Amino acid sequence: MPLTIRDLPKEKYVLPGNAACPGCPETMGLRYVGMALGHRAILVIPAGCTSILQGLMPGNGLSFPIINVAFASADAVASGVAAAKRLLGEDAVAVVWAGDGGTADIGFATLSGAAERDEDVIHICVDNEAYMNTGIQRSSQTPLGAWTTTTWRGKREPKKNMPLIMISHGIPYVATASIAYPIDFIEKLRKATSIRGFKYIHLHAPCPTGWRFDPSETVEIARLAIETGLWVLFEAERGRVTISPFSRPYADRSRRKPIVEYLKRQGRFREVTDELVRELEREVDEYWGLLLKLSEQKVQ
Amino acid sequence: MKRLTLTGNHCVAYAVKLSRVKVVPAYPITPQTTMVEKISEMADSGEADIQVIRVESEHSALAAAYGAATAGVRAFTATSSHGLLYMVEMVWWVAHARIPMVMAIVTRTIGPPWNIWTDHHDIMSQRDTGWLIAMAENNQEVLDETIKLFKITEDPDVSLPGMIGLDAFILSHTVEPVEVPDQELVDSFLPERRQPYVIRSGDPLIMGNVPADLLANAKMRWDVHLGLKNAEDVIEKVDEEWGKLTGRYYGGLVECYRCEDADYLFVGAGAWVGDMRIAVDMLRETGLRFGVLKLRYARPFPSRRILEAVSGKRGVLVLDRAVSAGSAGPIFLDLASHIYSARPSVPVKNVVAGLAGYEANYEDFARIGESFAKEVSESGWVSSPLEFYPGR
Repeated sequence: MPLTIRDLPKEKYVLPGNAACPGCPETMGLRYVGMALGHRAILVIPAGCTSILQGLMPGNGLSFPIINVAFASADAVASGVAAAKRLLGEDAVAVVWAGDGGTADIGFATLSGAAERDEDVIHICVDNEAYMNTGIQRSSQTPLGAWTTTTWRGKREPKKNMPLIMISHGIPYVATASIAYPIDFIEKLRKATSIRGFKYIHLHAPCPTGWRFDPSETVEIARLAIETGLWVLFEAERGRVTISPFSRPYADRSRRKPIVEYLKRQGRFREVTDELVRELEREVDEYWGLLLKLSEQKVQ
Repeated sequence: MKRLTLTGNHCVAYAVKLSRVKVVPAYPITPQTTMVEKISEMADSGEADIQVIRVESEHSALAAAYGAATAGVRAFTATSSHGLLYMVEMVWWVAHARIPMVMAIVTRTIGPPWNIWTDHHDIMSQRDTGWLIAMAENNQEVLDETIKLFKITEDPDVSLPGMIGLDAFILSHTVEPVEVPDQELVDSFLPERRQPYVIRSGDPLIMGNVPADLLANAKMRWDVHLGLKNAEDVIEKVDEEWGKLTGRYYGGLVECYRCEDADYLFVGAGAWVGDMRIAVDMLRETGLRFGVLKLRYARPFPSRRILEAVSGKRGVLVLDRAVSAGSAGPIFLDLASHIYSARPSVPVKNVVAGLAGYEANYEDFARIGESFAKEVSESGWVSSPLEFYPGR
């Protein structure tokens, strides 16, 4: 039986009075984490937007146990938490909730170390494609051509492909998700909790503040990323790639919406040229080709 | 009780096992390596019920220890020199989260150039972090103080982490006969782990989000200082208790050797205090009444005990194995500032020696002591309060 919205718990894990911007994708993602993991989750959160949006101490805008930690330490702290809870026999799921910086850049060595050790941890990269909390500076997850406050003429390098890097670690579970597809994300989180070892979920999270779109459009922009094929929902169990149902139609190039429809809705791409659009299209084709090859090869 | 011949590093490993530590994340660095290798061997053979996490860096070593300790179990790690500097961010984090744990620092010179020999710059650079800082003179003290630190750091009046310093190679890799207490004795001494809070699933406690009230935050910072001041009494009490159980009472925060009737005092910390004792005996044979005030803890700084010890002396000679570049030796700086308000009319001189592992032994100390006594008796004070000892 596929999961439906009626099966989801009613309990709220994101409370009124939190400090998120309007239209924030991270609060959406955190709601889904609550729905998926409930009382079992212990969140370890390195520096980032969620450091702020959880509200002011001694208040509390999120209803999870949370350890806020130094930027480059999250997966190591979670390794310690997981080890302690296993020894204490406590039913807990150690979850790192980190941004793209805490995952792919400053946090990368720690993430890679914990993954290689196959720690019993779920790492969620909530990817808003720049350092939003410090004021929209570029990260390795900022896409080619995007404006940030440190790339005024557009970023010159493509987005580093974290899901593929994590697959290369040989960990039991890697998945991508999008805040526009909560059921897909929740199902993946629940599957992750059933697997012992290191799990990595990369959650695409369009940020109205940093990407320059209206806060009412967060979900639409996220959906467009899927429909243009720019972001692909898939799972990789022990390296075996399965394209998730919501992305499957877009394996067929002709069914993808033009990338420019996604770009023109966002102020960060206002200076994108035709040449850049072609380059992004080439990137998308190449990525799909690789993913489909990975899924075919392993399925045989 | 067993009598074994152990290196300082293995003393720490035994202390960790006897203290029933549950999680040890660590990253190797010379000369800490044999400590973690021994703990790993104890864990892999089943001799100790320890989960070793072989992390990819020192920053992660302390982060993982912090995670385990926050989640409710006794945790330990160890490092040295560059490893300690690499984890400094987490050193502050653990203390200000008020999470008790213990870390061993095998004191080693900081590069460049690469240098594995002892000096105290690494551990002394951590004085402001909120950790207790103990310094050992010999391997027995290494073992005893590591066990005691678990009790001291977990005391509800303290609730702060603590580090034990042992000199590279001089203690870490040199064997000495050591009395290893029985597990039953340590069990009767060490209570179940106590900590101010535990992060648990289902209990939505948030540690470390942004403060609404900066005064409340300021009070939290000051409370770390108060926790360290509280530790002064706890250290004395725990040392007395340990002394009753084992016959080894060290004097609490400081230990005095021939202090009472001394005219002059050496003040120092670490392995070379042993050489100071010999120098005292040598100087006394020449008619110069010296004593040693051994600093067992650099944090909390034992200002009251030091003031008592130096009052009425003709001169105090502080030997630092580190220098706060642009100022003076760290022990001297603390000592001078803490005794100043009591206006003791005692000259204090700082000699910085033994940097980068360069030998400074009892003969050097006898020489330094002799010239200090001469300087004080001739001029009634010290002409230059800070000197670098260039060796013989």
